[in-house]
Amino acid sequence: MPWFTQDFGNASSLHGPGRKAEQAIEDARETVARILNCHPGEIVFNGGGTEGDNHAIRGGAWHMRHAGHGAHLVSSPVEHSAVGETLVRLSEVQGFTHSLTPVDHYGRCTPDALLATCRSDTVLASFMLANNEVGSLQPVSELAGIAREQGILFHCDAVQAAGQLPLDVFELGVDLLSISGHKFYGPKGVGALYLRSGITLESNLTGGSHEDGRRAGTHNTPLIVGLARALELAEQEREEHVARFRRMRDHLIEQVMLRVPGAELSGHPVERLPGHASFVLDGIDSGTLLMHLDVNGVAASGGSACKTGNPEPSAVLLAMGYDERQATGGLRLTAGRSTSEDDIDYAVNVLASSVEKLRRLVVAT
Amino acid sequence: MSKRVVVAMSGGVDSSVAAALLKQRGYEVIGMMMRLWAEPAADGLAHNRCCTPGQMADARRIANLLDIPFYVLDTRDVFRRRIVDFFIEGHRQGVTPNPCLECNRHIRFDWLQGHALALDADYLATGHHARISRGPDGRYQLLRAVDRQKDQSYVLSVMGQKQLAHALFPIGDYCKSEVRDLAREFGLPTAAKQDSQDLCFLGDGDYRRFLRDHAPELLRAGPVLRRDGTQLGEHSGLANYTIGQRRGLGINSPVPMYVFDRQARDNALIVAEREEQGARRLQAERFNWVAGTPPDKKIAAAVSIRYGTRPQPATVTPLDQSVVDVAFEQPQVGVAPGQAAVVYADENCLGGGVIRSAE
Repeated sequence: MPWFTQDFGNASSLHGPGRKAEQAIEDARETVARILNCHPGEIVFNGGGTEGDNHAIRGGAWHMRHAGHGAHLVSSPVEHSAVGETLVRLSEVQGFTHSLTPVDHYGRCTPDALLATCRSDTVLASFMLANNEVGSLQPVSELAGIAREQGILFHCDAVQAAGQLPLDVFELGVDLLSISGHKFYGPKGVGALYLRSGITLESNLTGGSHEDGRRAGTHNTPLIVGLARALELAEQEREEHVARFRRMRDHLIEQVMLRVPGAELSGHPVERLPGHASFVLDGIDSGTLLMHLDVNGVAASGGSACKTGNPEPSAVLLAMGYDERQATGGLRLTAGRSTSEDDIDYAVNVLASSVEKLRRLVVAT
Repeated sequence: MSKRVVVAMSGGVDSSVAAALLKQRGYEVIGMMMRLWAEPAADGLAHNRCCTPGQMADARRIANLLDIPFYVLDTRDVFRRRIVDFFIEGHRQGVTPNPCLECNRHIRFDWLQGHALALDADYLATGHHARISRGPDGRYQLLRAVDRQKDQSYVLSVMGQKQLAHALFPIGDYCKSEVRDLAREFGLPTAAKQDSQDLCFLGDGDYRRFLRDHAPELLRAGPVLRRDGTQLGEHSGLANYTIGQRRGLGINSPVPMYVFDRQARDNALIVAEREEQGARRLQAERFNWVAGTPPDKKIAAAVSIRYGTRPQPATVTPLDQSVVDVAFEQPQVGVAPGQAAVVYADENCLGGGVIRSAE
C-alpha cells in the first residue's frame, strides 16, 4: 500500500513524487480501458457509481439541451436510485422531463418498448446492465442500438455487473458506462466512467483541470490504483469465478424453492447475474427477516438497504407487477468468492427456520 | 450458553444503561427500537418523538459502543391502530384514555415481546423503573421501583405472568441519580439527557390540537351545566377539558367551579363546586391481575388513580374476573374514566384496570 503510507505525491504536481503518482494513475487508466475495450482517454475516475451515474446523466442532459436537441430523458422503473433520483431531480427542478419504459415480470425492457417511449426531443437514455435487487440482465446492446438509431445518448449503469459480466463497451454499443470499485472486491468510494470520445458532458465538479477538465478534484491515487488492480484480477479470474458463482446460485435457488414454503424467485431465471439470487416471500416483512438472518450470522439484503424501520415496498418489485404486500417481502442473497456450498446450506437452514418462526409469530396486529 | 435478551432501546439514558448492565452481566444482548407512528410534521416527515432520526442515531451509537447488534422494527401500522385510534376513540366516548398503558399492553409486551421471543430471546428488557420478583408461591410479582419518584409500575400494571416471565427491568433497582452515574461509568453519552414526557405520537405535545386536526368532529360546542341541569355557558368541545379543571371554563359563576364530568351522549360539560368534587368509589373494568386470578375476597389495599400519584387506602372487591370495585377511605379528586385504577399491597403492584365509573 505504498500510495497510502509512503508515496504522497499529488498526481497534478510537476515534481518527482507527483510524476510517480501520475504514472500510477495513467497505468490504472490503461488497465481499465483495456478491460472495457476503449481508449484510456475515455476513462474518467471518480468517487463511485453514484457519481458516475450523476455525471453521465446530468452532464449529458445539460449538454444536449444546451446544444438544442431537447430535454426529454428515458430510463426504466427498476434503475438504482443514483439514476432514478437524478432523473426526478432533473425533472422537478431543472426543467427536464422523463419517461420510464415499462418492464416485464422479470424487470426487463424490450427494444420495442424503449422505442415506444422515445420522443423526437429525447436526448438521453439510461439503462442498467444488471439489476441490483433482482439480478435480471437488460438487453443493453439491443437497447443501445435503438438509441443510436434515434440519435440518443445512451448511458449504462454497469455497477452491479462489473466483475461478473464482460464490460466491452464496443460490444455493448453504449456511449457512457459507470462502474464502482467495491462491486469487484476493490476499494469503496472510487469508480470510473467510460465516456466515448467525441461526447462532451457538462462537468458536475468544476475546478482544476484534472481528468481533462471532466472531473475536477485531486486524484485519490491509492483508490484509483486499487480499483484498476481489482478489476484486472476480477477479469483474469472472471470465467472461473462466474462458473462457481453460477453453481452456488443454482444450488441456493434450488434449496430455497425446495425448503422455504411460499418463496418465489424474483427476476429472470436464466438471464441474471451469476452470483445473484433473489426471492419474494409472501407475507414476510423483509426487515424483520433480515434481522433474524443477521442474528444467526447470515448477511443478506432486502429490496433496498433500510435501517430506519420505515420500509417502503420495493419500487423495483412494484414495477415488475408484484403487489405491495409482496413488494415488502423481497430478499436478496448473493454468492461471493469465499462462499462455499456449506455456507449456502447453512443460510438456507436459517432462512427456512426464520420464515417458519415469522409465519407462526402471533402478535397483536 | 448465555441467555439472549432483547433490549428495547430509545437512545435515552434508562434503556441505554439497561443494555449496558445486561451486557456486563453476561447476557447476549440485542438492541431493538420500534419505529412508531407519528403525525407528519412541518418537514413532511413523520417523526414520533420516541424514535426521531436523532434518537435512532443515538441508540445505534450506543449499541455500537456496547458492541451489540441493533435493529429498528416497523411498528407504525399496529401502533396507529391499537394506540392512536384508541386514543381518539376514547375521547369520542368522553373518557380520558391512557395510551401509554395500552402501548405496554398491546405493543411492548405483546407485539415487541413476541418478536423478541421469536428471535429465540429469553427476555425482553426495557428501561422501565419497576422490579420483578417471585413470590412464595412461585408466581411472578411486579414491584414498585426503588426510586418511588420514578416508579412506572402504574403503566406496567397490564402485565401478567406470561409477560413477566420473559421480562427484565434492569434499572428498577437503582435511583435515577445512580442510573445517570452508571451511564457515566459506562461511558454512555446520554448521562445529561432529559426524561421523555407527553405522548410520543403528538408532534408538539398538545393533544387538544392533535384532536382538532385528526378528529375535528369531536370538538363540537355544547352546554356547560351544573349538576342540577342549570346552564352556565357554552364549551368549545369536551375533549378540551379535563376532570378537575377550573381555569378557562368561560362561565360566570360567583363561586369557583370545576369540571366534574364530561357527558359524551349529550355533549355536555358538567361543572360543580369544590365541595361536590371527589369520588369515594369507582369501578374498573378490563382489570388485569398480575397473579393471573383475582383474590377470592375483598382486600385492603392502596389504589392509584393517575400516573405519578400516591396510592390511597381503599377496599378492593373483585366483582368478577375482570371488574373491580374500589371504595376509598377518603374522597379522591380527579378520578377520570379512561385512566387506570392500579392496586398496590405495599410495594407489590397487584394489577390494574380501566376506570369506567366513579361516584
